[in-house]
Amino acid sequence: MSMIELQDINVRYHSGKSENHVVRGVNLSVARGECVGIVGESGCGKSTLLRSLVGLEGHWTGSISINGEALGPIRTKDQLRCAQMVFQDPFASLHPRHRIRRALSEPARCMGLPVDDARIAAALEEVGLPASFADRFPHQLSGGQRQRVAIARALIVEPPVLLLDEPTSALDVSVQAEILNLLSDRRDERGLTFVLVSHDLSVVAHMCDRIFVMQNGGFVDELSPADIGAGEARDAYARQLLAASFLEELA
Amino acid sequence: MTDTKEILTVQNLDVTFARSAMKAVAGVSLSLGQGKVGIVGESGSGKSTLGRAIMRLLPPSATVTASKLTFDGNPLLSQSEREMRALRGNRMSLIMQDPRYSLNPVLPIGRQVAETAILHKGLSKSAARAVAAEMLDRVRIKDVARVMESYPHQISGGMGQRVMIAAMLLSRPRLVIADEPTSALDVSVRGEVLELLNELVTADGSSLLLISHDIRMVASFCDRIVVMYKGRIVEELSRLSDARHPYTLGLIAAMPDARHPVHRLRVPDRATFDATERSGSPA
Repeated sequence: MSMIELQDINVRYHSGKSENHVVRGVNLSVARGECVGIVGESGCGKSTLLRSLVGLEGHWTGSISINGEALGPIRTKDQLRCAQMVFQDPFASLHPRHRIRRALSEPARCMGLPVDDARIAAALEEVGLPASFADRFPHQLSGGQRQRVAIARALIVEPPVLLLDEPTSALDVSVQAEILNLLSDRRDERGLTFVLVSHDLSVVAHMCDRIFVMQNGGFVDELSPADIGAGEARDAYARQLLAASFLEELA
Repeated sequence: MTDTKEILTVQNLDVTFARSAMKAVAGVSLSLGQGKVGIVGESGSGKSTLGRAIMRLLPPSATVTASKLTFDGNPLLSQSEREMRALRGNRMSLIMQDPRYSLNPVLPIGRQVAETAILHKGLSKSAARAVAAEMLDRVRIKDVARVMESYPHQISGGMGQRVMIAAMLLSRPRLVIADEPTSALDVSVRGEVLELLNELVTADGSSLLLISHDIRMVASFCDRIVVMYKGRIVEELSRLSDARHPYTLGLIAAMPDARHPVHRLRVPDRATFDATERSGSPA
């Protein structure tokens, strides 16, 4: 059974002459436990697609269903809970004047889940941080630690689906390796379904089972990690992306 | 390929900030001839500080010492600020990461590019504009006349970075320091910008110092790779496959490689590098 089902998703801003058609007729089906990657350059609509999926965007048309339930632009608590997002920049996605405890307890409270210190401590330990970090402010953490908090924040409401929008592009390679390992471990453990958006083809090839190349709001090609390793693609634009990624250097 | 004639010589360069006992850059020696040299390292490794120290662009709180720092025969550390200003943007240029922050938002593009020609070539306004237009054409900007009248927010990031390159290379500098010139750009535009840099630097016989965190990009683009860790140069390579230092090997292993899929990535162990640093350093 598929976890995420998207049919003919279109997102348009404005109308008439200034119409901006951002996402054009996207169809996507993601199986339970699968990790699907989306690559493309800025402005191709990949983040807008994720935002429509998670419920941050209300301007879409088409049909979205997650976990077998059809979703509209306005969602109930339970519907919002089933997909959580991890954003690119851990410096911008945490409130600078809220302690980590509050950053973690707020989403749980909003979803009407019981939350106490033990729950927070468990959530922090799950992402490899000591429980004492609950008393810290975001500026007292490094970039990698903040991204761990962002992942803990997403996981605390126990969603079946995690949407990752460039989760490691603000991080150094060694920290990126730690975060990607953490995400794989949590996925194996909880059977999570991932949709990962990134511009880094090697990251996407490492994490994902299937990769879609997006251009001008639509998918133009579907690749497997092996295709990326071999540098093969059917679509001309996808080939251009592969060629520009300096994948050949680490033979 | 690297020329025998040295353009920049750095010996034992140290940088400390304020009263901190930590050296941001410690005992760095480097010599650059014609060609492309890449400096790679993670955040905090001192790579950008090194670039700015060479340009003498660090804030007054920074103390820079070196047993030798010469550029084209000029001892940089004893130059006055006035003499430095004549060098910067003229014979040595710095290209920064994000065109959104390095271009003046309230001046049209044409004026900003022409400024270099007015300042360093002593050209009249109209002659400078002609030179600027020619340079913008060289960096393959299509509609030059329109772009020259545009403001920085009206052009894309890739175009902005090409404008920066045009302004910085207009005076045909001997040394170009590019600090993460492509990090703010998309993968597809990145290749284009690098190719352009390469073309201009090769045509003018200049020296390019490319500072980046992307070891893969540097390896495929530069003739030499300098790896920095904690303010020191740990290794100098001509090919990535020659890497011996555990830090460089750790960085390479931590990168996902589509050709050799693994289930878990190797996370570099910092304690081991620090141990080899202590035992392996000669002095």
